Amino acid sequence: MNVLEVKDLSIQFGGLRAVDNFNMTIKKGQLYGLIGPNGAGKTTVFNMLTGVYKPTEGHIFLDGEEITGKPTIKINQMGIARTFQNIRLFGDMSVLNNVKAGLHNQIKCSLWSNLFRLPSNFKVEREMNKKAMSLLEVFGLDKFANHKAKNLPYGEQRKLEIARALATNPKLLLLDEPAAGMNPNETAELMENIRFIRDNFDMTILLIEHDMRLVSGICEELTVLNFGSVLAQGETSEVLNNPEVVKAYLGD
Amino acid sequence: MSKLKTMRQSTRKKCFILLGMLIAFGIFEILIATNTLSNQMQNLLVPMCYNIILAVSLNLVVGILGELSLGHAGFMCVGAFVGAFVSKVLGVLYPDLSKWIVFPLAFLIGGLVAAIFGLLVGFTILRLKGDYLAIVTLAAGEIIWNIFSVTYAAVDNGKIRFSLGGTNIKGLSPSAKQIATGAQGISGIDPLSSNAGVRFAIAFAITFVVVWLVLNFIHSRTGRAVQSYRDNRIAAESIGINITKYRLITIVLSAFLAGIAGVLYSHELGVISAKQEVFGYVMSINILVFVVLGGMGSTLGSIIAAVLLTVLPEWLRVLNDYRMLIYAVVLIGVMLINNNPTISSYVDAFKNKVKSLFKRKNKAKEAQ
Amino acid sequence: MSFLNTLFNGISLGSMYALIALGYTMVYGIAKMLNFAHGDVIMVGGIVTLEVMQNFVSGMNPIVGALISLLAAVIICTLLGVVIEKIAYKPLRSASSLAVLITAIGVSYFLQNVALLTFGSKKKMISFAFLDKFDIKINEQLTIQGSTVINIVTMVVIMILLMLFIKFTKAGTAMRAVSEDNGAAQLMGINVNGTISLTFAIGSALAGVAGFMFLGSYAAIGAYSGTMPGIKAFTAAVFGGIGSIPGAMIGGLLLGVIENFAKSILANMQLGTLVDPIVFIVLILVLLIKPSGLLGKQVREKV
Repeated sequence: MNVLEVKDLSIQFGGLRAVDNFNMTIKKGQLYGLIGPNGAGKTTVFNMLTGVYKPTEGHIFLDGEEITGKPTIKINQMGIARTFQNIRLFGDMSVLNNVKAGLHNQIKCSLWSNLFRLPSNFKVEREMNKKAMSLLEVFGLDKFANHKAKNLPYGEQRKLEIARALATNPKLLLLDEPAAGMNPNETAELMENIRFIRDNFDMTILLIEHDMRLVSGICEELTVLNFGSVLAQGETSEVLNNPEVVKAYLGD
Repeated sequence: MSKLKTMRQSTRKKCFILLGMLIAFGIFEILIATNTLSNQMQNLLVPMCYNIILAVSLNLVVGILGELSLGHAGFMCVGAFVGAFVSKVLGVLYPDLSKWIVFPLAFLIGGLVAAIFGLLVGFTILRLKGDYLAIVTLAAGEIIWNIFSVTYAAVDNGKIRFSLGGTNIKGLSPSAKQIATGAQGISGIDPLSSNAGVRFAIAFAITFVVVWLVLNFIHSRTGRAVQSYRDNRIAAESIGINITKYRLITIVLSAFLAGIAGVLYSHELGVISAKQEVFGYVMSINILVFVVLGGMGSTLGSIIAAVLLTVLPEWLRVLNDYRMLIYAVVLIGVMLINNNPTISSYVDAFKNKVKSLFKRKNKAKEAQ
Repeated sequence: MSFLNTLFNGISLGSMYALIALGYTMVYGIAKMLNFAHGDVIMVGGIVTLEVMQNFVSGMNPIVGALISLLAAVIICTLLGVVIEKIAYKPLRSASSLAVLITAIGVSYFLQNVALLTFGSKKKMISFAFLDKFDIKINEQLTIQGSTVINIVTMVVIMILLMLFIKFTKAGTAMRAVSEDNGAAQLMGINVNGTISLTFAIGSALAGVAGFMFLGSYAAIGAYSGTMPGIKAFTAAVFGGIGSIPGAMIGGLLLGVIENFAKSILANMQLGTLVDPIVFIVLILVLLIKPSGLLGKQVREKV
């Protein structure tokens, strides 16, 4: 079954066609990689998938339902969560509260119950704490629960972003350069985490990455973008050996 | 262990603040009862209360939502006028009605009308942010008090009549009772009680409930959603938080509470008139000084700053002349200390030194 | 004829707004901050003009005296602007816009209260009778007042000089570069801090001129005189499109004319006090309908 189907997606910024005729299909449970040189339009694709940009042409289907051009909030509620290339945490909130904010639409109670501390408020807090702590444990972040998010080390911040995205209970998780700025040890640990999420949360994951060891290590299929259009698509090993791809990365 | 701590931290802080308020209240009441409190000080108790409410409610917008509002006094203005209007009109129409019905109604209606104004302002600023948003809240505040400065109201033959304009309502019968008279405002508003101790008790009770509500709001699912918008709008949207809704909720709640403070204000003073110094942006900035000095986002800080800045200028008359100048220096100084990396690193180093000094003393004591 | 009178008064007021709006728009375009204290620098300019005219140049030819006091106002305002920038704004270059705006409000308060303590709480009056020489009499009913003539001429001359400066000088090019992208400008070897300071200096010099014009138009000044013209001129800058120099001119003139017509209409309804709210309503409407102003451009947020 296809979790994500992208058909003929294009976007135009002024005179520049940043993404042109982009097609991609991701099956349930897949670990899918989107790679390409800098400025190829990878993050722009993410921004269209999550409703930050409205595509000029084309269609996006999540689980068979069209989500093209819907607002970010709605798209998240329908099941796409993401992380950001330049980390966007809630810096002045605690690590725990970052994840609890992610649980916002999963565990609900009314404003009145918040204001007047009705019983449902306490029930919600208990449930949220339990769920959030278990998510933090997956990434070994539980010991930082009370720290401000902005005081975390860089690598831990990236993990917290993933935990927060997972808290929204998505069908599809988009990771924008999750290993950026990590050392080889941290990257190896991250790869374990990503696999663990896929297996234990029954997740489908699409990631943008420059670290080829991570890409070849965990991605099952790849799409290569170059100057806004698809250069190659298919199984990881095949794509990485494709002479066109090698040329795009290393130059002539 | 650590998990337990996590869950109790905010609750503990809340109890600490509320308990501290109760103790302070108890001390003041004892001082009033034993006649040890000077008249001057007694007259400051209720102003302390409404300043606390104004500060914590503005802190909701500035510190928790992260938007600069320069029109908070406008909402207070609405509360002050509507509250005074309600209690005067009820006094004229139903002279026998108990004060225990009139005053709660005045507070409720004053707060609700202020909340409606908050909603209007909230809709106006939905698409704005930063400096533009701040200047629009300033504009809205100015428009609000200016409207009240040309509002006339009277009760004539059991009917309420309004007029918006430069002159009084035309064709009033001689028996008509004037309520609001344009720039002269409303006068002869009944005090909540003639006894200073009781007045303070009522004002304190309201303030206490307001602080409790505000703390509940901040440390809740709703409060987290609001703070996520403050910290990163794009990320908040990406996790499905309806930021429009939470911005509106915060602004409306803040306006409601400012309205309550306004009702308290008008009933304490007995006379109000719509003027720049009282309800214009000058007042809004004074409230902002409470919030900034207390540390943006900190409810406890807002409370302490509001109390200090109410009491200090009255104690030290010299300070009163320079009050506004000091406010200015506070605004600039706090911003520089908190936001300049070089200066804040000096301040942090100093803080740590002081802390370690205290620690050493404690250790020395233990050793003895 | 009263229509034309109102129109000319509006243009005169609008010229002053345009000049103040220039200060806002340049600083906003380049330092990306709302210099809330700009109005109060104008107040300082007005006070300096008044003090110099009353105490130092009273024996001279009034026009020479006025020019000397104008020069004094410009010099002092420029210095003041540079000092304010250095002490209060420069340390906050990387801070949030919230922090910068609060600091600017603090500076505004500071200037007002220093003026209050030194200058006194009462407004002081001065006569600019010599401006009558510039009156243009069109017919029996309609005379364009000297102050109006001076305001319009000054505004147009300064506007043209400023556009030439920004278009054709090296410093002007640096300003354009910094306003476009200060990171990239820095990489190209442009002294970004210096450019921002220069912008403040120019903006404050203009505030000195505006202070002089204010005194010429109203013949009175006090510690709080700068605030409202400041806020209204910011409205004018937003109206015209912030960051755009011709926008400041158009916005200022339009706002001045709107304000004067509103004033004459409201006066007939005995609602003269509601002039300021009218200006604020204009501001809100502009921001609701076209936040980028008449000549401004839209900016996309990067994700």
